Amino acid sequence: MAEPLIFDLSKDGCRGFTLPALDVPEVDPADHIPARFLREELPLPSMSELDVVRHFTRLSRLNHSVDIGFYPLGSCTMKYNPKVNENMARLPGFANLHPQQPEETVQGALQMLKTLEDSLAEITGMDAITLQPAAGAQGELTGLLIMKAYHRKKGNHKTKIMIPDSGHGTNPASCSMVGYEVVNIKSDPRGGVDIEDLKSKLGPDIAGLMITNPNTLGLFDENIGELAHLVHSVDGLVYYDGANLNAIMGWARPGDMGFDIVHLNLHKTFSTPHGGGGPGAGPVGVKKHLEAFLPNPRIQFDGKKYRLQTKCRESVGPVLGSLGNFLVLVRAFAYIMVNGREGLKNVSAYAVLNANYMMQRLKKTFDLPYDRFCKHEFVLSGKGLAKYGVKTLDVAKRLLDFGFHAPTIYFPMIVEESMMIEPTETESKGTLDCFCETMEMIAREAAENPENLRNAPVKTPVRRLDEATAARKPDINFFQKPE
Amino acid sequence: MANYIPTTPAELQEMLGAIGVKTIEDLFAEIPPELRLQGELNLPAGMSEPEMTRKVTRLSQNNSTVDDKVCFLGGGAYDHIIPAAIDHLLLRGDFFTAYTPYQPEVSQGTLQCIYEFQSLISGLTGMDQANASMYEGATAAVEAINMATAQTRRNRVLIMQTVNPEYRRVMNSLNTPLGVNLVSVPFEDGTVDPAKVHELLSDQVAAVVMQYPNFLGCIEDVERIAELAHEAGALVIVVANPIALGLLETPGKLGADIVCGEGQPLGIPLSFGGPYVGFLAAKKALLRRMPGRIVGRTTDLDGKTGYVLTLQAREQHIRREKASSNICSNQALMALNATIYMSLMGREGIREVASQSFQKAHYLKRELAKVEGVTFPFTGSFFHELVVKIPNARKVLGKMAKHGIFAGIPLDNWFANLKDCILVAVTEKRSKDEIDNYCNLLGGFING
Amino acid sequence: MKFTKEHEWAKLDGDIVTVGITEYAAHQLGDVVFVELPANGSKVAMGKTFGTIESVKTVSDMYAPVSGEVVETNGELEGNPALVNESPMDAGWIVKIKVADSKEYDTLLSEADYKKICE
Repeated sequence: MAEPLIFDLSKDGCRGFTLPALDVPEVDPADHIPARFLREELPLPSMSELDVVRHFTRLSRLNHSVDIGFYPLGSCTMKYNPKVNENMARLPGFANLHPQQPEETVQGALQMLKTLEDSLAEITGMDAITLQPAAGAQGELTGLLIMKAYHRKKGNHKTKIMIPDSGHGTNPASCSMVGYEVVNIKSDPRGGVDIEDLKSKLGPDIAGLMITNPNTLGLFDENIGELAHLVHSVDGLVYYDGANLNAIMGWARPGDMGFDIVHLNLHKTFSTPHGGGGPGAGPVGVKKHLEAFLPNPRIQFDGKKYRLQTKCRESVGPVLGSLGNFLVLVRAFAYIMVNGREGLKNVSAYAVLNANYMMQRLKKTFDLPYDRFCKHEFVLSGKGLAKYGVKTLDVAKRLLDFGFHAPTIYFPMIVEESMMIEPTETESKGTLDCFCETMEMIAREAAENPENLRNAPVKTPVRRLDEATAARKPDINFFQKPE
Repeated sequence: MANYIPTTPAELQEMLGAIGVKTIEDLFAEIPPELRLQGELNLPAGMSEPEMTRKVTRLSQNNSTVDDKVCFLGGGAYDHIIPAAIDHLLLRGDFFTAYTPYQPEVSQGTLQCIYEFQSLISGLTGMDQANASMYEGATAAVEAINMATAQTRRNRVLIMQTVNPEYRRVMNSLNTPLGVNLVSVPFEDGTVDPAKVHELLSDQVAAVVMQYPNFLGCIEDVERIAELAHEAGALVIVVANPIALGLLETPGKLGADIVCGEGQPLGIPLSFGGPYVGFLAAKKALLRRMPGRIVGRTTDLDGKTGYVLTLQAREQHIRREKASSNICSNQALMALNATIYMSLMGREGIREVASQSFQKAHYLKRELAKVEGVTFPFTGSFFHELVVKIPNARKVLGKMAKHGIFAGIPLDNWFANLKDCILVAVTEKRSKDEIDNYCNLLGGFING
Repeated sequence: MKFTKEHEWAKLDGDIVTVGITEYAAHQLGDVVFVELPANGSKVAMGKTFGTIESVKTVSDMYAPVSGEVVETNGELEGNPALVNESPMDAGWIVKIKVADSKEYDTLLSEADYKKICE
């Protein structure tokens, strides 16, 4: 049976929490606030504490999660989220600080932030970091604002950003949000950026290049040095989308490859939990010549005290109402401390090992459009199953029946019927083998009994859902019945 | 050391063999040598869990918390009581180690929670629909403005100067690059005179943005300003405090087209500023302008009720440069936090939190009125936050902090004309004793 | 009836051109969930976007096959966007445009040329 909504579970007179009794003399609100500003109805449910706890516990059990099983979602880096980091984020000395407290009462917090900035600068090879952006996409936006500020200062008239066709959807969307036009660059037969195509589109109007390396095919672009050089030759800046940093951490640094701006996804590479879609954190790093443009406030250490510097004349200004998703930053800080320099390098070593191990096995069963060593992820094509009337979507849905999450599907768009698989370093060989066996079994099933795939999943809390009706007659608010 | 990596040395050899390489290094061979990191990262060596815990705990202890002191700080983040049950539910790995619900069949928990969140926010704000969450209050307001400029195809936006100045700075960073012209509307006596708004309205104005209650604690004439805005064809954006909406009329009824704000007061720890959760709700006509994720209720192949991400075609992963926003990760776990809070508190509880906050703030004002040297620059209605003027405010705040009270936020941080004025917030968490002590100490420092 | 490489059809009747998307386009889009229509009286220019068509998984711009003024839009689509899937060439029509220059219409693709594009 479907889990009822909180509104269905509501019972008048129920209370889930008791406040201390009011201990000050009471006045009538109507004497202090005009009646037209006082509300009558308050459409919230009334539930007991146990009913609330059971409802949300039951709901939680309908989710797949890293704690339950393998989550090979490409480009999302669904690694294990260490439990101790949750404890660190709940230390009262971090969780119970008001953002407007006097500086002298938050010295420990500022020290943590500054140390994290320094660590991330070292890991990326950049000169300065802001921890403010709340997520990867906000990091992109911040990086692009910095790019715009740089060109404005130099009097450059730039209107366009180049993005490879394998780029994440947030890249072009972020460009639009700062008013830059997007120029798509083709991929070459090896899966890297097509240098000739880039050259043909390069000109004085190019503000920069936004690129993920390794890209969303999981492939490292060896030509990155030349690409950076070309873009710099028209005074463009080179932007590193750090979504895939888990592939090269401790092995190579964007700063050494010629990148000017970098964003990181702490909820990917640095193990902070995804939380069902957030919160994340998307710090941005820049080279020295762009430091002045970073969002304010900046954290400074004068040898004795940590201070917040808000008077930064060239800054792009704050991009968030606070210093960042602070408790997410605490978790990443703890993760870096436990791993240390050699641990972080191991993270990428084993992430790449696991991906190549799976790729070598699965390419015997599925099409592998780019057959070379991958980094932390790889992309298969399900197009070979078309002859059985089976799509990649069906393979993904069938995997759910066996307790696995599906890979990322239909992205990147340059591969037909794509399946993007990212195992991460925290999965054991046993899990990888088990997943590969299941994939092979599903491929056999596609030939022998394709209906099983087209009907899948059958063992999940619900079966395939009617997305067309959901979008045609949106039912998105309990209080408003769809037409 | 191989923290969190389960592979044994024997398995490593087996795996390398299967791939056909000798060492892991071989898998990095295509990175040109000149681009490889020479040597090691200049970071400390790794450490065990207890060693790290000790160090991080020490750092955390070099802060004073709102529980070490007594907190009268607000300005957008408030020290409310948080029921214990919330964190136990948030710590369920099934919630916090899940990803965005892209495979709905195995994400019904997250999806239904978001549907409940959307419904709660719609009900609280009096709007037709809400999205699955934004990062926090300031960026939610930025997105609201983008919605309004896209909808009206106009680019001037009137922002009341009584809107959180931190939000206004973020708007300045994020809305102006798209050619939005932000015009500040000055206030008198703590609120904006609707006549002033009327003067600035024209057929160029996409929206008016006001805060309810406003940053100075006062209640704007939302209704009148909304009428004037609509006459000029502009949309009305209200930045609301969700707890105040336990007592105050919905912005929807007062004429808002978009309501957004900071969800932190809904049971989220102060967390030195984040992660919080932004909310964004709007009238039906704006449905396809909404940024970010939206969850819809539908049925599965067997006719069973289920939930899916819907109207996704607006989003960046499909529309790319034509998307309504670039937002991808939102604050789902914090939206869940707020949903559990609203469920536990319920109708009566939220009303009581609002009412007690109102009562205690008004008690504080009555008691402060008795203290010599204290004045109140504004006379209008307020909810649970107010501006207090005291001589040598910064000095007095410092002394109060030394005596265990975060007494307020100095307003000359943002408003040059509000020197010696502080913003004081009182929630249901403050006791009569704490308020009395506040007034006594403050009186002593002003007059001592 | 004429066609465009953006998979639209156009049918001239007097000085009014009725526009819709082709069977092929409707099939490629999948379940259409929303059609954003231009306002009556708005001016459109040949080759420029005049609206969007949204399916479960994608959004496509629609391009005016000829320049002119929108004189009527298919109101049925607001309540029932599935009409575009069920009857793209007939009941699922999208707009009627009063043509400014009928020579533009003559430059559009013939059915045979359009079919080549779809192959």
